[in-house]
Amino acid sequence: MASKTFSGSKRAAGKAYTGMFAKDVKRIAGLDTLGTMAGFIVVVSLTFLGLLALTFFIGRVIPIDPVLSIVGDRATTEQYEAVRIAMGLDRPLVVQFASYVGDVLRFDLGMSVSTNRPVAQDLARVFPATLEMATIGITIGVVLGIPAGVLAAANQGTWVDQVIRVFALLGYSVPAFWLGLVGLAVFYAGLGWVSGPGRVDIFYDGITPVVTGMLTVDSVLAADWTVFRSAVSHIILPATILGVFSLAYIARMTRSFMLDQLHQEYVTTARVKGAPEWRVIWVHAFGAIRVPLITVIGLSYAALLEGSVMIETVFSWPGIGNYLTTALFNADMNAVLGATLVIGAVFILINKISDVLYRILDPRSR
Amino acid sequence: MQLQAWLLDDSPASRGQAAAGRAYRVSLDLMRNPLALVGMLIILLLILTAALAPWIAPETPVGQDLTRRLVPPSSEHWMGTDQLGRDIFSRVIYGARVTLLIVALVAVISAPLGLLIGAVSGYFGGWTDRILMGVTDVFLSMPKLVLALAFAAALGPGIENAIIAIAITTWPAYARIARAEALTIRNTEFVAATRLLGASHTRIITRQVLPLCTSSMIIRVTLDMAGIILTAAGLGFLGLGAQPPLPEWGAMISSGRSFIFDQWWVATMPGFAIIVVSLGFCFLGDGLRDVLDPKSEGK
Repeated sequence: MASKTFSGSKRAAGKAYTGMFAKDVKRIAGLDTLGTMAGFIVVVSLTFLGLLALTFFIGRVIPIDPVLSIVGDRATTEQYEAVRIAMGLDRPLVVQFASYVGDVLRFDLGMSVSTNRPVAQDLARVFPATLEMATIGITIGVVLGIPAGVLAAANQGTWVDQVIRVFALLGYSVPAFWLGLVGLAVFYAGLGWVSGPGRVDIFYDGITPVVTGMLTVDSVLAADWTVFRSAVSHIILPATILGVFSLAYIARMTRSFMLDQLHQEYVTTARVKGAPEWRVIWVHAFGAIRVPLITVIGLSYAALLEGSVMIETVFSWPGIGNYLTTALFNADMNAVLGATLVIGAVFILINKISDVLYRILDPRSR
Repeated sequence: MQLQAWLLDDSPASRGQAAAGRAYRVSLDLMRNPLALVGMLIILLLILTAALAPWIAPETPVGQDLTRRLVPPSSEHWMGTDQLGRDIFSRVIYGARVTLLIVALVAVISAPLGLLIGAVSGYFGGWTDRILMGVTDVFLSMPKLVLALAFAAALGPGIENAIIAIAITTWPAYARIARAEALTIRNTEFVAATRLLGASHTRIITRQVLPLCTSSMIIRVTLDMAGIILTAAGLGFLGLGAQPPLPEWGAMISSGRSFIFDQWWVATMPGFAIIVVSLGFCFLGDGLRDVLDPKSEGK
């Protein structure tokens, strides 16, 4: 059954890319994958526990005494001890860790010193902004990166290939924050094509009702086209710069996968049979790499969350990365660990989901 | 001529000759790979620049002169001057030392650590393997930069702590590679033979497993260098890495951030240095992989 679906989706490759998903979503719900799902949940929970242990450990190795920062250095020994006990720091580490896990499971990440609000609330407020930027970024990366990779592989060794290869390596060598600054200097200050740092022009700030937290979506929902235009003109530069980094990775991987396929015998067979070259490349060879590409796209989507830390700082984008770096400057450890935890959790989840998708969509890996 | 014949001998008489011959063949292959050659030249240049900084740089990296603040690039100041009147070109030259120190220390700390953990894990298998790889996977499942940020924040700002934070996030990938190699090596006949001769586990791991992991390790470490440089620069940019007045490239970009629209050269120039050096490591890493790992040629 599996192989039938697979070849069926291969035939539809040129026309409907989404056709593959509709069929396979049904398969995810199927009985044969129940075992996979159970294993998935166990693995994800264990990794989350590891992640919690890691943030707990980071919280404990801080050289700054958490008690001292509350009582001040003039406190008497009794006051110091009282606060230490009140904070639960006198308990054994294992007990402290257990209560930390319990807190996190109840979405209690402590209070932020700088915003004076629960960290969990802060994170829920800033996360959509990051998601918005990363989603536009990955779209740019996929739409440009895959054709670039295919093109490079189809023209292996020619100047087209070399240019794409070097460009892809540049994606590994250019600091994101530097590209952001240069982008601002050129496209905002120099050419005036886009708006500057921030999410929207200051006089439109806060007038759109929050539905999704993503301003470009919310302004469309409110049919407020002035705000929409302003929001797009603010997001386009940081999102494109993020996109360039995922483009580099996606193009590199696509090229490598395609080269593997183009050297296979079935490709020679297709050519011998007289299939036109575009068909050999886009239907035969590309059809075979769609599944591993899903993993690559998942990985680079997760990596964008990381890249957004630097980009958000440069563009004063009110997302989770900016929240994290602001918290760093204020020595707001609850906020730092909370943001680390959320970014880590999303990262793990995306990675594991693309892992499972790979296993479900590729019959050979079962 | 005689030396070349000795190096290319098909049946080397000693271990030293075999090793030298292999190194010679690898370097020949590298020379034929244009990208790798460019990469090697860049890294050689970096090392020379770092070593000869006082002779190359026209001024000291910390010499302030407020009468010539923010002078644009000219024949006198090739990259202009910064907000304290320091010559940016001189600072970029001295910055090579900081960068080289960071990548060297990170490699020296994380590669042996990952190698050892991975080799022990793969060689012994069972629960040792499960526990060690569990820890490794937790580290691997975290985004590197964010993890390094959190560690650097906890340890406090400073170049030593930045190096430790980066090393902590780098070793797991090496452990994975070493484990994969160790898994295949431990079942080979020569390991079984050595064990029959009465060799201890320590001896087998250090003398037989570890040396065979090195070539894949060298490739990976070289490819990772660009990432390490970028992370270090990022930490410096956020104020968590090298502290002023140390001429670290990331911190220099950060200090030029407020002048980016009018005095673009302050933030831009150190960025070019980062790009060139990172590209150098990428090129060399790619070339090394083509040479040492023939399976992946041209990818």
